Amino acid sequence: MSEVLQPKEVIYCGICSFPCEFCEFTPTFKKCKAWLQENDEDLFNKLYSDEALATATSSLTLEKAEKMEKELQKKQAKEEAKQERELQKKLQSKVILKRIERTKRKHAIAISGLEIFDIDMKKLAKTFASKFATGCSVTKGADKKDEIVVQGDVGDAIEEYIQGLLKEKGLDDIKVEQVEEKKKKKATAPVIAPQ
Amino acid sequence: MFKKFTKEDVHTKTNVKSSVQRNLKTKLVSQFPPLESVIDEIIPKKSSVELFKCEDKIQLYLIDNEVVFYQQFDDLIPSLKLVHKYPSAFPSVKVDRGAIKFVLSGANIMCPGLTSAGAELPEAPGLEKETIVAIYAEGKENALAVGQLIMSTEEIKSINKGIGIELFQHLGDGLWNFDE
Repeated sequence: MSEVLQPKEVIYCGICSFPCEFCEFTPTFKKCKAWLQENDEDLFNKLYSDEALATATSSLTLEKAEKMEKELQKKQAKEEAKQERELQKKLQSKVILKRIERTKRKHAIAISGLEIFDIDMKKLAKTFASKFATGCSVTKGADKKDEIVVQGDVGDAIEEYIQGLLKEKGLDDIKVEQVEEKKKKKATAPVIAPQ
Repeated sequence: MFKKFTKEDVHTKTNVKSSVQRNLKTKLVSQFPPLESVIDEIIPKKSSVELFKCEDKIQLYLIDNEVVFYQQFDDLIPSLKLVHKYPSAFPSVKVDRGAIKFVLSGANIMCPGLTSAGAELPEAPGLEKETIVAIYAEGKENALAVGQLIMSTEEIKSINKGIGIELFQHLGDGLWNFDE
């Protein structure tokens, strides 16, 4: 083998990450097509010209082609609906910062509700730990969902940081809510004890 | 193999020793001889290869956070991205157009999909059983999956029934979307 192989560049679709010619098999075909038109005119014309389409479908009978087309459209509609739903869900959900009292003047902050936004909890915990110079970890909360617990009373700073983070993702209107959780047990326990 | 594959299936991550890395290189070349001229580009000498041990004894080898190849038992299997880069280095088969959508959802490839009009198999003597092959599709330029022959290509032609190729990786599966 004296011949040196040259690496081949394949253009991947920015929407579905497939090589562009396979976009037609994905549920997000419409978006892919628009994306390609914007980003690579040449390839778009090559793939979606009438000629290319004609050769692509020539091996199928008309009936079959129609049927496939319908199925594909159905799938695409489904996928679009799904994405829409997800977006709605994202918009409706909120991030909750819970301020937990530990001892009299010390607090920890538990952050929950982040998992919907595709945020890497572990990495975020790490950044918080170094940002605030405190202990910070990802734990399973009460309802078995991951939450980040930051040692120290840094609720406001975290709120700001998370809002910035969400803005970067293009999600402006997400609520970040701060709630307090006091240790109720301690308050009631002494009352019961003397009896 | 990677139909449902997420980060959670990765158990341990380790760096590969340089001696092991050398062995990997020779093994890869012996499996796919055409890669010899570019092996230093696939695995640069100074790069550190990372080994991810995963569920079901799957081992992924990563360079620069990208899966380059993987193995489950003995054979090294190139990832689809690598196949896209060096298409001529791997033995290949072609399926007809009707099969594409099934392959993309992870089905094993049936013989009729390999023998019909739009499909192509290498000429006799063809490929041995258990060869790792890149799977192309009618009218498409790039590979859409990587698999392993369950029958030799001659057998596929003569029997023409049942599963011909077991699929390892296809476009859009867990490994394709891994770490992005």
